[in-house]
Amino acid sequence: MSKKKIRIATTSLAGCFGCHMSFMDIDERLLDLAEIADFDRSPLSDIKHCEQCDIGIVEGGVCNAENVEVLREFRNHCKILVAIGACAINGGIPALRNRCDLGDCLEEAFLTGIGVTDPKVPGDPELPLLLDKVHPVHEVVKIDYSLPGCPPSADTIWAALTALIEGNAPQLPYELIHYD
Amino acid sequence: MPTISFDGQEITFEPGQTIIEAAMASDLYIPHLCWHPDFPPHGSCKLCSVKVNGRICSACTFPAAEGQEVVSSSEEVRQLRLRLTQMLFVEGNHFCPSCEKSGQCELQAMGYYLGMTDNHYPHFFPVRDIDASHPHVLLDRDRCIFCELCVRASRADGKNVFELAGRGIHTRLVVDSPSGKLGDSNLDVNDRAAHICPVGAIVVKETAFRIPIGQRKYDRRTIAEVSVAEEAPLLRKRYEQKED
Ligand code: SF4
Ligand code: SF4
Repeated sequence: MSKKKIRIATTSLAGCFGCHMSFMDIDERLLDLAEIADFDRSPLSDIKHCEQCDIGIVEGGVCNAENVEVLREFRNHCKILVAIGACAINGGIPALRNRCDLGDCLEEAFLTGIGVTDPKVPGDPELPLLLDKVHPVHEVVKIDYSLPGCPPSADTIWAALTALIEGNAPQLPYELIHYD
Repeated sequence: MPTISFDGQEITFEPGQTIIEAAMASDLYIPHLCWHPDFPPHGSCKLCSVKVNGRICSACTFPAAEGQEVVSSSEEVRQLRLRLTQMLFVEGNHFCPSCEKSGQCELQAMGYYLGMTDNHYPHFFPVRDIDASHPHVLLDRDRCIFCELCVRASRADGKNVFELAGRGIHTRLVVDSPSGKLGDSNLDVNDRAAHICPVGAIVVKETAFRIPIGQRKYDRRTIAEVSVAEEAPLLRKRYEQKED
C-alpha cells in the first residue's frame, strides 16, 4: 500500500544558495527523502509555480519585488513555512546594504565603482524592482519555524525536516542551534 | 545563615548579597548580560529577571531576604528572557556569520541557551558609527547592547574612556577624547575595558578567527556552564577579599 507522498517546495530569495547546498549535504538521506516526499517548485525540480504543498522552505531575505511575490506564493500554498538560514531570519549579508542609500549602492555598483566598464544602471523592465531595504522573511509573511545558521548544517536540516514530516514541531538540541 | 528558596531548593546567603550573588555563590546560574561579579550591578539588560514571591524583579539588584521564594527556571520566565534577547538582536545589527566574536559572544550564547531560532520582532537596522581609529582595539557600535561593562571597567582602570550618551533608541556609546575617536583616547590594549565587552562591540584587533569552529567558548558548553565555571570563582574571591 503506498502512502500519499509529502510535497515539499523550496526557494532561494536574497540568499546565496548556500542553504540549498547544505540541504544537498544530507547526502544519501536524500534517497530516504525521495521515498516519502516529492519536490514541488524548487531549484531541484525546475517547476515554476507552487501547487498545494505540505512544507515550504525559504532561503534568503527579501530584497526585491519578485522576492515578495514568491514569498507570498509560498505562504499561500504551503501548510508549513520554514525560514532557513541567517539571511531569511535577519536579512543576513545582503542586509548590510541597509545602512546605505539604495541610489548610492546602484551608483557605486554600476557607475562609479572600481573596474566598471560601460557605466549604466540596469533598467530592463524584466528586472524586478529593488526594495529600499532588505528585510527578513518574517516581516512579510507568517513563518512557522526557523532554522538558523549560515548555513544550517545538513544535520540541522534533516532533524527539522524529519520532525515536520512526522507531524512534530522541530526541537533542535544545543549543538544544532548556531547563528554562524 | 539566612536562606531563600531558589527554584524549590534552599540556598544560604550572606546579608547584603543580591539574589544573583546568592545563587552564583551556590553555583546556580541566573541568565545575565550586563552583570559581572567584579563590578557594581547596572540593572539594564533584565535577563536576570526572576519571580520573587510572585513579582518579577531583577536578580542583579534585588537584595536576597530571608524566606523569599525565587523562581528562575519556569517556562514563563524563559519566554520573557527570550523576548528580551530578541529585542537586543533587532535593536542593533547582529550579523553573526561575519562577526569576530561569533562563538565567544554572550548575547549569541544567550540565544542558544534560550532556544532562540528567530528574532520575532521587525528589525531596526540602525545606522551606527564604526570606529577603527585605535591601533589595537576596534569599536563596532552595531553590536553594542549598552550594558555599560566597558564604562564600569574603564572607571575601575582609572580612565573613564567610555560613556553612554543619548536616551532610548538614540543611546550610543561615546568615547572620551578630543575627537571622540578611540584612537585619540588613552585606552590601552591591556586595559580591562578593552577585554570586558560581552559581545563583539569592543574587540582586540588581530585576534579574530584564531580558534577553529567547534572549539570556541560556547560551541560545546552553554553560557550557564561557562558562567558557573568562570564567574562563580570571581565572586567567591571578592567575598574572601572582603573578609580579609
Ligand atoms: S556581537 Fe554576538 S550576537 Fe552580535 S553579531 Fe557578534 S556574535 Fe552575533
Ligand atoms: S561596547 Fe560592549 S561593553 Fe560597552 S556598553 Fe556596548 S556592549 Fe557593553
